[in-house]
Amino acid sequence: MTLHLLIEGVASFLLVAGGAFIFIGSLGMTHLRDFYMRLHGPTKATTLGIGCMLGASMIYFWASEGKPEIQEVLITIFLFITAPVSAHLLAKTGLHQKLKHVDKTAGRPAELRREEVGEKPVPHPDRGYD
Amino acid sequence: MIEVALWTSLALVVAAMALNVYRLTIGPDMPDRLLALDTMYINSIALIVLLGLWLDTKTYFEAALLIAMLGFISTVAVCKYLLRGDIIE
Repeated sequence: MTLHLLIEGVASFLLVAGGAFIFIGSLGMTHLRDFYMRLHGPTKATTLGIGCMLGASMIYFWASEGKPEIQEVLITIFLFITAPVSAHLLAKTGLHQKLKHVDKTAGRPAELRREEVGEKPVPHPDRGYD
Repeated sequence: MIEVALWTSLALVVAAMALNVYRLTIGPDMPDRLLALDTMYINSIALIVLLGLWLDTKTYFEAALLIAMLGFISTVAVCKYLLRGDIIE
């Protein structure tokens, strides 16, 4: 009985943690100011949240049916593999379209330098103007 | 205990989907909308997992796996279209 209560507590904690992670990820995607910041929220927090939620589901069905199943592990592994790939492609798309960024966004790849957009040229950090 | 956790998690996921719809509506550029749609796919997987817990059945896990695969494929396809102007070159 105590063990059953413990399992239910762990499953409830994982459910609430997963919901909180998903909400924080979506809140970051809505609230942050440019696309490169917005990419952070869903690709980390939401993936972790869905992992927590699938873990809760796996623990619950393991406890209620008595034998472990691996279907949830399949979804978790698939999402954890594909989320960085889609995030990488989304970042490449944003760089390709030269989306606007605020000054606080760190990093200046070649696609976002000023001379590429047609503004005043900036010197190369090592070679100067060439 | 698990009913309260289920309701709390359901409320959080529904609020997250409402935020996604907001970003999908106002998103200034195409990659923003694409990111919102990709996040909505993941949140719908979470909703399906919660439905399976609520109904105490494992019938819907294949649907969740299918949504995961289709979401990834469609995101990659639209990204390739925006990057190269073509999907399969």
